[in-house]
Amino acid sequence: MTGANSFSVSRYGPERSGWARLFARDSLARRLDWPILLCALALSLIGTVLVYSATRNRTELNQGDPYYFLVRHLLNTGIGLALMVGTVWLGHRTLRGAVPFLYGISVLLVLLVLTPLGATINGAHAWIRLPGGFSLQPSEFVKVTIILGMAMLLAARVDAGDRQFPDHRTVVQSLGLAAVPIAVTLLMPDLGSVMVMVVIVLGVLLASGASNRWIFGLIGTGVAGAIAVWQLKILDEYQINRFAAFANPELDPAGVGYNTNQARIAIGSGGLFGTGLGEGSQTTGQFVPEQQTDFVFTVAGEELGFVGGALIIVLLGIVLWRACRIARETTELYGTIVAAGIIAWFAFQSFENIGMTLGIMPVAGLPLPFVSYGGSSMFAVWVAVGLLQSIRVQRPLSA
Amino acid sequence: MTNIPETGRTPRVQVRLVVIQILVVSLLATLGGRLWYLQIREGDTYAKEASGNHVQQVVQPAVRGSILDARGVPIADNETRLVVSASRTDLMKMKDDGETVLTKLAGVLGMTPKEVQDKVRLCDAETPQPCWNGSPYQPIPITDEATPKQALQIRERAEDFPGITAEPQAVRRYPAPGDANTAQVLGYLSPVTDEEIQQAQDSDSPYLRSDQVGRSGLERQYDKQLRGKAGVTRYEVDNLGRVMGEAENDPGRPGDNLVTSIDARVQRIAEYELNEAMKAARKEHDRNTGTNYKADSGALVVMEAKTGRVVAMASNPSYDPNAWVGGISAKDYTRLTGKESNYPLLNRAIQGQSAPGSIFKVIPTAAAIQAGYSFEGPYECSSSYSVGSQVFKNFESKGYGPISLGRALEVSCDTVFYRLSHEEWKKDGGTKPKKNANDWFYKTAHEFGLGEETGIDLPNEVTGRVPDRQWKLDYWQANKDAWCKSGKKDGDYAEKIAYENCLEGNRLRAGDSVNYSIGQGDTLVTPIQMATIYAALANGGTLYNPTVGKAVISADGKNVREIQPEAHGKLPMSQKTLQAVDGALEGVVTRGSAAWRFQDWPQDEIALHAKTGTAEVYGKQTTSWFATYTEDYSIVMTISQGGTGSGASAPAVRKVYNALYGVSEDGKIDKRKALLPEPQKDLPKIGSDGSIDAPKVDEYPSPEDRKKAAEASAQPVVFHAPAPTTAYPDALAATANTPSGGNRDARRRSARHGDSRRRRIPA
Repeated sequence: MTGANSFSVSRYGPERSGWARLFARDSLARRLDWPILLCALALSLIGTVLVYSATRNRTELNQGDPYYFLVRHLLNTGIGLALMVGTVWLGHRTLRGAVPFLYGISVLLVLLVLTPLGATINGAHAWIRLPGGFSLQPSEFVKVTIILGMAMLLAARVDAGDRQFPDHRTVVQSLGLAAVPIAVTLLMPDLGSVMVMVVIVLGVLLASGASNRWIFGLIGTGVAGAIAVWQLKILDEYQINRFAAFANPELDPAGVGYNTNQARIAIGSGGLFGTGLGEGSQTTGQFVPEQQTDFVFTVAGEELGFVGGALIIVLLGIVLWRACRIARETTELYGTIVAAGIIAWFAFQSFENIGMTLGIMPVAGLPLPFVSYGGSSMFAVWVAVGLLQSIRVQRPLSA
Repeated sequence: MTNIPETGRTPRVQVRLVVIQILVVSLLATLGGRLWYLQIREGDTYAKEASGNHVQQVVQPAVRGSILDARGVPIADNETRLVVSASRTDLMKMKDDGETVLTKLAGVLGMTPKEVQDKVRLCDAETPQPCWNGSPYQPIPITDEATPKQALQIRERAEDFPGITAEPQAVRRYPAPGDANTAQVLGYLSPVTDEEIQQAQDSDSPYLRSDQVGRSGLERQYDKQLRGKAGVTRYEVDNLGRVMGEAENDPGRPGDNLVTSIDARVQRIAEYELNEAMKAARKEHDRNTGTNYKADSGALVVMEAKTGRVVAMASNPSYDPNAWVGGISAKDYTRLTGKESNYPLLNRAIQGQSAPGSIFKVIPTAAAIQAGYSFEGPYECSSSYSVGSQVFKNFESKGYGPISLGRALEVSCDTVFYRLSHEEWKKDGGTKPKKNANDWFYKTAHEFGLGEETGIDLPNEVTGRVPDRQWKLDYWQANKDAWCKSGKKDGDYAEKIAYENCLEGNRLRAGDSVNYSIGQGDTLVTPIQMATIYAALANGGTLYNPTVGKAVISADGKNVREIQPEAHGKLPMSQKTLQAVDGALEGVVTRGSAAWRFQDWPQDEIALHAKTGTAEVYGKQTTSWFATYTEDYSIVMTISQGGTGSGASAPAVRKVYNALYGVSEDGKIDKRKALLPEPQKDLPKIGSDGSIDAPKVDEYPSPEDRKKAAEASAQPVVFHAPAPTTAYPDALAATANTPSGGNRDARRRSARHGDSRRRRIPA
């Protein structure tokens, strides 16, 4: 472990004026990954507009104030930005020392959900109600701490130069570390988050250089488990129908099938340029449930059309593409693993979220990173952006 | 820390990062592709679905127009029932989904809360009846039998019953004014079929799923005019059905009223007297069969001679058209259409056809003149006429010596016509016809309009038949196989006939021409055809298309479209011949075959012309025909298996004339009692609010007459059914309207008028 006090490299250069320092080749500003930052910001702002459009006449939700959600989404974005700055300030390496603490807190929070403090929102018992009308979704933070925790364990001996790849023992330890919050989340049940966490674990293992056997073993176990659940009828037929309804809405016409159907109609009716903001009949008619959170992409699809929908996908693509570059360019395995975990998280969660609105993925309660309304999610993804920035800022300058 | 060695990165991790990057790109590409597919390729489909999603229609059905008699008396109208409905959309907006309101409503209506709630729940696979399977945006009827008091309670406390309405709604009703039920002429309604909805989709009067469609009679003929057009309001709604705005409003148009030329009073008399005549016939002994006459069916048509308008059209057996209202029960349906029913749905006046007998004789008379014979003759009226070995007898084998055609009509001398027809047949080449055979007797029948529809404005009129050479050939070709199979040279009568038909049924034989000349044999006519012909005799020779509809008047009375009489031909008779025939037919009344029925008739004031007919039908009793006309009316009546024309039918026809002109039995004319000494000319007035000033229809027979009749015979008077008495078992077998059937009608009537379940309030 190197010193925790070295969040910036500029300190080591010669003394310069503020502006010069800011624009110097090795300055923090110059080393930040601006495309990621700008794209994430753009996504958040697009999200603000979409959330506003979806909620401005949902009086039962916005308490009579059409800007209620708009303001809050902007506020969340601001807090998210601050969290990012804080994360960059501290640096991912500094945080490495605090990982056990952060992990402990996040698992505690997740456990708290199972106590009477937990609250059920939209069928998922995944929330903690806070005073003042706020609520917290600990599973969002757990995603971050699982990445950090696993990265810490898996990279420790490799980065120390002891080994080339994490050994089996370390892999088992890291899996155990992830298993605890995943199991708790499964109990909530917040299946969407569990799916994301499992994919994160896979991404982390993949990037850690752990043996192929672990990768394929895990995938194999997952597939076998799914087949077992299906064949042994562990789930009721309606649960399976609910899962399969994305492909055939008739299976659950009043529930998930309805959502899928209405979402597809909303997006499909958008056409190339969409109906224009606030003009979508599906959106103003409130035919799509959870439109400001999980189904926010349908607002973009209907009101901004293919152009708007594709823009969101492209912006997410830029974020992920840059993240991949960061993962490749950093030399320490810890940074690589963290970046890869974040990539797996963002990529899968975006794919699942947009995919379910397009009817190619089963419906799961997951927010679209940056775009969906929701504080916990917003904070978590901005912390993740902070981690990515920190990894980039602290990479060695290419020769 | 800057000195982390570059070698810290293993190729394995680097390769795996590339794999991750490829996975990410492919996931995003999948999303982009799917987005393109949904929005660009399938975009139009979804756009359509979206627009269907958020627009809901509320349909205000059009009130079906009334059918009025010539004076404006409704013979088909709409009964107003108080319907209490709940708007589901409004109820769902309430915090408890309207439970409190529905519970309160249940209290007012005297129902249990559960009953009410079940009625407004939507049907789906798991919800059993009762439930609502219509559009959830349509008000859901909870009861159509609310009392005015209940309706008032709901309306006055509207704030207590948000989303609940109590509105009068229209249901079809056949009120039978003065007990003239006019069943077959009116027809009936039944629910629209999917096919019809499809067909009418793009027309200017499309059907609603809840629509009723006219299936026969006037209801069918004038369905389009009566139906009107439903009002449609399209609302933009959100996912909860909350109305966000009115998208389109098509106010619709109530159905037009149809004014008919039917006079409910005359119709009642026609129906009553036809039924009475049939009852009387069933008491007459038939010498030929040794039993009483069956009188299984009959018809009576009263027509305006100068226009062809139908003033009354009675068909017996009859039924109560209200049986169709609100969906006919399987039991009623069997009663009306089953094998045992004697088919009361048939309108015998236009759908019953039989040999006309002697009322046909005006046609051979005209034919003979056309063929060059003189009216005056004289022609030998022998007691019989022989063709080869066959002997054709005059009616009751009477002979009158040499007489004119006029006298032959008066006394209904068959042999005169036998001879003329046979002679013409021979002139045309007999069984081997000349190339351009004149066929005067057949051609003339066609010119009189026989063998084809009269064109009356009622559906499914039958054509009757002129058994000319062409028909013989066609008929033979269609039946020869069966005849040749069953025919036997030495078999019984039927087998012999079949044998003969097989050999030479394709040819018009001498006997055919003889039989045909007096309206026997294969000749078939309908009462409406004969009424048209006799009206033409009265009006100077114009064959009018009979009409029942007289005018179509919009619901507000502003738009009146009269239905003008149209002619389909002229009688092939000179004015001279017409006058001669006219005189002869007057003679029938004054001194001929009908004279005994018209003693004391004021012939000088009201010149009546008539012809009796008694047609023989193989295997059945004789058909009674009586065809008549005055200056303004022609009346034709027939009773199947009813006896002679003058015997069975003439008294009923006289009763109708009595009523029309106000003539009493002793021949005195009381103009005040005359119902319709001249045809109704003016159309009834319909107010702009749809109100119709309709006069009252008196009871017939009048209470005094009824009392007298009841004293004279202890027979009960049963309406709408021939109701044979049990003394005539074979008559019973031949008709579906058994005494219990009659009682059934009576029960229904009382149920409609008196039963508290069907309370009515004025609209």
